[in-house]
Amino acid sequence: MPRDPRIKKVLVIGSGPIVIGQAAEFDYAGTQACRSLKEEGVEVVLLNSNPATIMTDKDIADQVYIEPLTAKTVEQIILKEHPDSVLPTLGGQAGLNLAMELAEKGFFEKAGVRLIGTTARTIKKAEDRLEFKSTMEQIGEPVAPSLVVESLEEGIAFAGKIGYPVVLRPAYTLGGSGGGIAHDRTELEEILANGLRLSRVGQVLVERCIAGWKEIEYEVMRDGAGNVITVCNMENIDPVGVHTGDSIVVAPSQTLGDKEYQMLRTSALNIIGALQITGGCNVQFALHPESFEYCVIEVNPRVSRSSALASKATGYPIAKVAAKIAVGYTLDEITNAVTGQTMASFEPVLDYCVVKMPRLPFDKFISARRTLTTQMKATGEVMSISDSFEGGLMKAIRSLEQHADSLMSYDFGHLTKEELLLQLAVVDDRRIWVIAEALRRDISYEEIRKITKIDPWFIDKLKILVEMEQRLREEELTFDLLKEAKRLEFPDQVIGELTGKSAEVIRDLRQKYGIRAAYKMVDTCAGEFDAATPYYYSVYGSENEAVSAGGRKKVLILGSGPIRIGQGIEFDFCSVHCTWAFSGEGYETIIVNNNPETVSTDFDIADKLYFEPLTAEDVESIVELEHPDGAVVQFGGQTAIKLTQALMKMGVPILGTSAENVDAAEDRELFDGILETCGIPRPKGETVYTAEEAKAAARRLGYPVLVRPSYVLGGQGMQIAIGDNDVEEFIGIINRIAQDHPILVDKYLQGREIEVDAVCDGEDILIPGIMEHIERAGIHSGDSISVYPARSISAHVKEVIEEYTRRLAQALHVIGLINIQFIVVKEDVYVIEVNPRSSRTVPYISKVTGIPIVRLAAKVILGHRIRDLAYTPGLQAEAEYFAVKMPVFSFEKIRGADIGLGPEMKSTGECLGIAKTFHEALYKAFLGAGVRLPKYRNVIMTVREEDKEEAAKIAKRLEALGYSIFATKGTARALMEADVQVRMTRKLEQESPNILDLILGHQIDLVIDTPSQGVEHSRDGFVIRRNAIETGVNVLTAIDTAKALVTSLENTDSKTLTLVNIAEI
Amino acid sequence: MKAFLILEDGHVFSGRSIGAAKEAVSEIVFNTSMTGYLEVLTDPSYAGQAVAMTYPLIGNYGICREDMESERPWVSGFIVRELSRMPSNFRSENSIQDFLTKYQIPGICGIDTRALTRILREAGTMNGIITTDEHFQTEEVQRRLKAYATGDEVSRVTCKKPYVLPGEGLKVALLDLGAKRNIIRSLQNRGCEVTVYPSFTSAEEIIASGPDGIMLSNGPGDPKACKKVIQEIRKLYETTIPIFAICLGHQLMALATGADTYKLKYGHRGGNHPVRDLGDGKVYITSQNHGYAVDAKSLNKKTAVPAFENVNDGTNEGLLYTGKNIFTVQFHPEACPGPKDSDGLFDRFMKMMEVGKNA
Repeated sequence: MPRDPRIKKVLVIGSGPIVIGQAAEFDYAGTQACRSLKEEGVEVVLLNSNPATIMTDKDIADQVYIEPLTAKTVEQIILKEHPDSVLPTLGGQAGLNLAMELAEKGFFEKAGVRLIGTTARTIKKAEDRLEFKSTMEQIGEPVAPSLVVESLEEGIAFAGKIGYPVVLRPAYTLGGSGGGIAHDRTELEEILANGLRLSRVGQVLVERCIAGWKEIEYEVMRDGAGNVITVCNMENIDPVGVHTGDSIVVAPSQTLGDKEYQMLRTSALNIIGALQITGGCNVQFALHPESFEYCVIEVNPRVSRSSALASKATGYPIAKVAAKIAVGYTLDEITNAVTGQTMASFEPVLDYCVVKMPRLPFDKFISARRTLTTQMKATGEVMSISDSFEGGLMKAIRSLEQHADSLMSYDFGHLTKEELLLQLAVVDDRRIWVIAEALRRDISYEEIRKITKIDPWFIDKLKILVEMEQRLREEELTFDLLKEAKRLEFPDQVIGELTGKSAEVIRDLRQKYGIRAAYKMVDTCAGEFDAATPYYYSVYGSENEAVSAGGRKKVLILGSGPIRIGQGIEFDFCSVHCTWAFSGEGYETIIVNNNPETVSTDFDIADKLYFEPLTAEDVESIVELEHPDGAVVQFGGQTAIKLTQALMKMGVPILGTSAENVDAAEDRELFDGILETCGIPRPKGETVYTAEEAKAAARRLGYPVLVRPSYVLGGQGMQIAIGDNDVEEFIGIINRIAQDHPILVDKYLQGREIEVDAVCDGEDILIPGIMEHIERAGIHSGDSISVYPARSISAHVKEVIEEYTRRLAQALHVIGLINIQFIVVKEDVYVIEVNPRSSRTVPYISKVTGIPIVRLAAKVILGHRIRDLAYTPGLQAEAEYFAVKMPVFSFEKIRGADIGLGPEMKSTGECLGIAKTFHEALYKAFLGAGVRLPKYRNVIMTVREEDKEEAAKIAKRLEALGYSIFATKGTARALMEADVQVRMTRKLEQESPNILDLILGHQIDLVIDTPSQGVEHSRDGFVIRRNAIETGVNVLTAIDTAKALVTSLENTDSKTLTLVNIAEI
Repeated sequence: MKAFLILEDGHVFSGRSIGAAKEAVSEIVFNTSMTGYLEVLTDPSYAGQAVAMTYPLIGNYGICREDMESERPWVSGFIVRELSRMPSNFRSENSIQDFLTKYQIPGICGIDTRALTRILREAGTMNGIITTDEHFQTEEVQRRLKAYATGDEVSRVTCKKPYVLPGEGLKVALLDLGAKRNIIRSLQNRGCEVTVYPSFTSAEEIIASGPDGIMLSNGPGDPKACKKVIQEIRKLYETTIPIFAICLGHQLMALATGADTYKLKYGHRGGNHPVRDLGDGKVYITSQNHGYAVDAKSLNKKTAVPAFENVNDGTNEGLLYTGKNIFTVQFHPEACPGPKDSDGLFDRFMKMMEVGKNA
């Protein structure tokens, strides 16, 4: 079937802010699809509230709207832009839900717009539990006995009938929000009540528990003519019971025979056919480990995290092909861009083994429960490719950048055998390390399988790694042993530790023996055809296929690894733009990265892609082959920066700002010296090594002080201390995360926090704009609401900021990007942090000012002058828009995480509000972040002593807006004194009805709870905040955020929003 | 024990011996299926060939005897990257090592199978030897390899005498040129009574038994080597009995009716090949195992027209015989290993037989 000529202008809906369960994979899919549509001459209108994405670039889409993802916004865009079609299957669940809402309302029909890709009917059939079940029954595909319930009573009765444990899955939610396994009636009541509330349609599926079965996924595609193919299947090492996003996943399946493989493949194809999906689809199965019995767990009629993984695992561009199918092509008409010789209807085959591991945020949420359940908790993931499972696993472990590089990294050696057996039953992120320890103690495969339900094939693979550890410890390090250890992907460092040698000695030995990494191509066809795509992975002991090309100059671009809190999609944005800029300058570009969810690891971004761990050793192997003329590290976040020293040792020139200058910004003494020469003040501070020294320093500076380790990412380990006890506790925590670096103690200044990103060519600087944080200093910049242009600072302060930026950039010899954070107290400007590299705010400030600073930075790195790039140096004129960047959190996903904001970053993503007025921009930002008020017009306030005065003002304003205020005793008294009509509520520890009942009663819109500074020893606030979050109530923990929200509520006419087309800025 | 794979063009791979430590000279081919190694090993079409699996992890789910496509493995040798030491599957009865040893199949593991595949892809299928003799002289071995030619493999793999598999429904005569069990099973599952005839059976004998339909099976080797069988098939063609043929059977029917076959550079062996039904344009993912193909240009339209084609390289994948109740396919609708997407072709054959019977 040829292309449908009726499709000329398409609205693509993105997935919004990065939250757990909906991460960068949709930017990857969306970007690929938009480019694919543009190839077909289609005009693309894009809606996504997330400014850090690549899909919201004007070179990706023709018309770009970074607006809140609401039905109203979509309606307005459609009325303004008049697209003929909407493609809703690229924006994850968020985009799909939005499309469904509008389809159900009949809006699309009325506006004469078609849903392409997959119809509303199909989406309903796949997503609605009841319809799905009946469709499956019609085509004879088994599903676990289940019932969709709409009330607690129904759920209890059904669970009684099928027996506990039961799995609960709310309909239409992200990443399994609100789901879980209930082992008894009490648990059922708790989870079910929550799930019913979170579901968009108030439905929860109660299902027979198939925990412990093998979890297998198939990624399948179907075109409008009904042709179907499988792109990839995947096997979760963790059996059913752990969300696939949190599981270690291997592709293709390893423990299925052809009979099982084909049985499930046929089933997946039957399903996609019965649902009449056009495009990509993910089908999840549970397979009984000891029979052919299986059941369909879930179907996602859209691109997903799994489809991104399948695309990267096979090289088959699912989103691109899905977009082509959406405009009418059939699979046999679409060329497979990877081979250039086969068609999209050729099923990919792998001749390697892919391992995916989740990046879990427990390093950020120390109090959180580490257990893994059907509720996804991972913020990102890494993928690795090898010709063995062992190699793949070892590469994945070190790609995670969690201080782990082998199965010895988490030590369970101190446990007794009994304790170890108990620990094996705990399903958490360290389970494979526990299994490894069990294997070291000769606990049998059978016993481990019984407890963990993990297939013995995988247990044996772990055993092979454990055996190698032992051989390295005990045997002489011969050529054969070293070769085998490298084949299993033991890093030099680990081999060194086990053999009592240094990593350098091992490296030299390897060189001497000629044991080198070889690179193999991911070609979708297992070598059957000569492929055109230079997408490589490394293995030891094989023929090398990657040829270092001559001719052009070559640049190595280091990506940013897995998405984690503090290092998100924005660095992928920077890496990709840097790559394009270097390409534009005639360079051969080489990307190294290991994140399957990103655009940077798409097969056609760089000239060459190495899908590898970002460690010094792995990068060195690539350097030895490619001999790049230089490396760019300033766009890949800390991951890339950390490799600077190693790259220099390899003799690779660092392009842009030199390593010494990066160091100078991080090294306290050097930095203080620079500030002094520049005549720039900073809050007083000291560098210390022990708790005693820290306390002494704090007393000298005067509390409150900021305590943090140097070389931090996203404020990790940074805390505000108000007394000696706090200092002691924080230093304890810092030292727990093995730290060789000194600890910084700074005077904590309470002022306006200002942030600037600038490009510097060594002499001139270019500042696209000044951003101001709504929250006072003390809350991590990534968690603050950021406003451009800054509103509350004087012209004089702006000048000072510009001048300080210039001085610092020059003093640090910055070539490229620099990010500076200032504190402004009245008219005084202090510098608190300088990062001579790209930052989180780069995509945001680029988009709202229309100044492509990554491209400019890349050009500057290549020797261009700002003056020659058609820009006047200095602070650029302010845009005629206000842009508000709002942090978005995923607290509801992480049980036990404290949501109180502080110097440690906790947000997972961000959204943008942009408008002609500040108030509308602010309103849009809150709306985009999911704050939708009012519903009940009830607010609970419980604030710390120092916020009471401001709390009273806020309370009055809320009252004026018609809200009722509830407060606990202390806060209530303060509010009453200020003449606020407040209803006092009992504290947590008091008898019911107390504050918790109020929250759980679902009558509250908002909780304003500001925790006291320092270590909070009371559990009350924590419990209140957790319960509020888990009940779906908005919680604000900073008084400034609350003030901003009230301002937004006061000033907003929510009926219509003015749309801003970013492409026109 | 060390083992070597030496190719006709002088490439040498060194690895470890698996299975029987004996020497095997044969054609070397690669198969891209990620699962189904047991089906591959026991598919008689591989007689006279050593098979390299492109998927690197083989043996993961052990040996499930009921998955065997014939009573024994037929490959001359087995070439893999890594053989699993821990078979894991609820049906597994044995490890692949023991299986190879038991049937005296030599093999090699620990070699770079991707490098081998790339050589075969570029140079085309060639002969090779798997040996554990470390003292080989490459040039001498090359001479031997160049001189080697596959023999009459069909006679070796076919059944020795006819036998009947009972069924209540239509009567099918199956000419066993090296038939996979699942062809028979696919017919039995549809209620057929299947009489399996050795490849050397005369057409007269088959016709005399009065079958409702005739099935020509898959099989090994160069179709043109099957001169006698081609003559008999010509006689079957002359009747009005519905005929369905797969793979070698498809090639032989083409040769019997005046068309030509040729050797592909490196064949199609795997479970991922898209095939287009030229009737309705639908595309099926098919299981394939063939080194030869029917030359579509040699077809006389009055005799046969292409019914299926390979989406990737356009080679012929099936024929519809003009004025006859005959259709033949190059791929394997019986799957095993591979996708079952074209299983419906057996239903089509059933329908043909029913119509023929009622006529």
